[in-house]
Amino acid sequence: MRIFVVAEHRMNELNPISIEMLNLANTLKGDGTSEAVVIGKDTNAFAEELAKYADVVWKIEDDSLENYNPELYVDVLMQLFANNKPDLVLIANTSSGSEFAPYLAAKLSAPLATDVVGVDTTEGLKVSRYLFQGKLMTDLKLKDAETYVLTIRQGVFKEGTEANGEVKDAGIKPSKEPARKFVQYIEPEVGEVDITQADVIVAIGRGIDDESNVELAEELAELLGGVVAGSRPVIDNGWLPKDRQVGISGKIVKPKLYLALGISGAFQHVMGMKDSELIIAVNKDSEAPIFGVAHYGIVGDIFEVVPELVEKLNEIKG
Amino acid sequence: MNIIVLAKHAPDPESEINVASDGKSVDERGLVFDINDWDRYAIEEAIRIKEEKGGEVVVVGVGSKCDDTLRKCLAMGADRAIKIPVDTSLDAYQTAEVIKEAIKDENFDLILAGMMSQDLNNAQVGVLVAAMLDLPFATAVTELQVEDGNLRVKRELEGGYHEEVTLPTPCVVTVQSGINEPRYVSIMGIKRAKTKGMKEVSVSPTTSTLEVEKMYLPPVKKAEMIEGDASEVAQKLIEILKDRGLI
Repeated sequence: MRIFVVAEHRMNELNPISIEMLNLANTLKGDGTSEAVVIGKDTNAFAEELAKYADVVWKIEDDSLENYNPELYVDVLMQLFANNKPDLVLIANTSSGSEFAPYLAAKLSAPLATDVVGVDTTEGLKVSRYLFQGKLMTDLKLKDAETYVLTIRQGVFKEGTEANGEVKDAGIKPSKEPARKFVQYIEPEVGEVDITQADVIVAIGRGIDDESNVELAEELAELLGGVVAGSRPVIDNGWLPKDRQVGISGKIVKPKLYLALGISGAFQHVMGMKDSELIIAVNKDSEAPIFGVAHYGIVGDIFEVVPELVEKLNEIKG
Repeated sequence: MNIIVLAKHAPDPESEINVASDGKSVDERGLVFDINDWDRYAIEEAIRIKEEKGGEVVVVGVGSKCDDTLRKCLAMGADRAIKIPVDTSLDAYQTAEVIKEAIKDENFDLILAGMMSQDLNNAQVGVLVAAMLDLPFATAVTELQVEDGNLRVKRELEGGYHEEVTLPTPCVVTVQSGINEPRYVSIMGIKRAKTKGMKEVSVSPTTSTLEVEKMYLPPVKKAEMIEGDASEVAQKLIEILKDRGLI
């Protein structure tokens, strides 16, 4: 198979998902090639890094490509693919990748599957992906086609071999002015507590039910010498400030203890806390995906377990 | 400003999720359906824009059983609804295709949708509609300002970062959860909704690009489970924390 991987970078950093997608491409390509595409203003450093893992790296450079723009990405990729027909295009399932991939797939008339965690090419193209925020999984067969587009979940295809390929300048320039214009990047909000520095995090999720219950988590956190953080629903509801959000779109934390209370464990969240030294999860749903990443799990009601824990800690502290 | 909102009637991931006996679909028993959470933010955003700038909000739903969600949107403040009574299952392309067809005679400045559905998590329909209509688009939007003929939006990136972009209307925007605080449906709203129109548009999708081979519970469970009543598990937790020198 001829497999193209659209590399992702932002603010002078190559996203490691780019290499992970090349790992996948190298296992699937058979007699074919793994070919990275890097789009930007000055892509030499990224191209060199990508070439370690790709048979070919295509550079597409222009001043107007300095910052990601979905219209220009699709425009230059369509030009590249007009003369270099891909069997499969891999794109990162990130904020930008998941944004332009459906648009590209539609323009290529290519079947599309997003947030893919497994690919099988023995009989046509089959993929595995999660549903219901990780609670269910499905294997899908994509309709036979000349080209397929997949977006790939980060952190799945970490193992790979080197390819040491060549870098080529595609000589492609955007053919139009985009309707959408990039204005600026906005830095993360800085709050009073930096949760990435905490040894102990008491994290709350949807199961905390109401803003008035946040106090309970605060009490426990104080007894453990830690801080309170939250998953997306808690932040969306305004029960904790944005800088307390753990997950891909928030903070990545690695405390000594991560106590997850009423957090189901959507992938978004898990990627932000899975490397914590000790993870203990309390959730009333025995099938909650959080138990897949926790070291210890308790199927139970946080409003029964936490007060008991608080009482016992108070006794110890005298 | 005339706004079309795409709202999905979708099962709640917090309800009971089981695989049906065919091994290829979700067992509908135990599922609780409601408006897709992300779309709740989209309809709220549309109504807020309308309240400030005027115009019309039209909500579009796909599926033979989507009436409850459409009525909810009408009760929240949408002006009228378009129901496309087609069950497109898992294929986002089909969903986008029937939406494109059903709205072709509508006069709109903006299509708003949630960035993904809470059941399938595809995050495709909004952008596919943009592609089929050749419209500018932005996804994962957490802040939206209407300017003269333009939208200025903040998109969520990774690690707490955002990017600000502008796009001309007409365009397609998908919103991230948390962009606003969706209102509750009032009794007055429900009464008013009864007088609002719901038009059915029958369109058949032409393409199917996906076929479900299998559905199953993901192979997880690595946590050591602690059992007992609340007091017992709390005691065991204390011991674990003591062993690790955490207390």
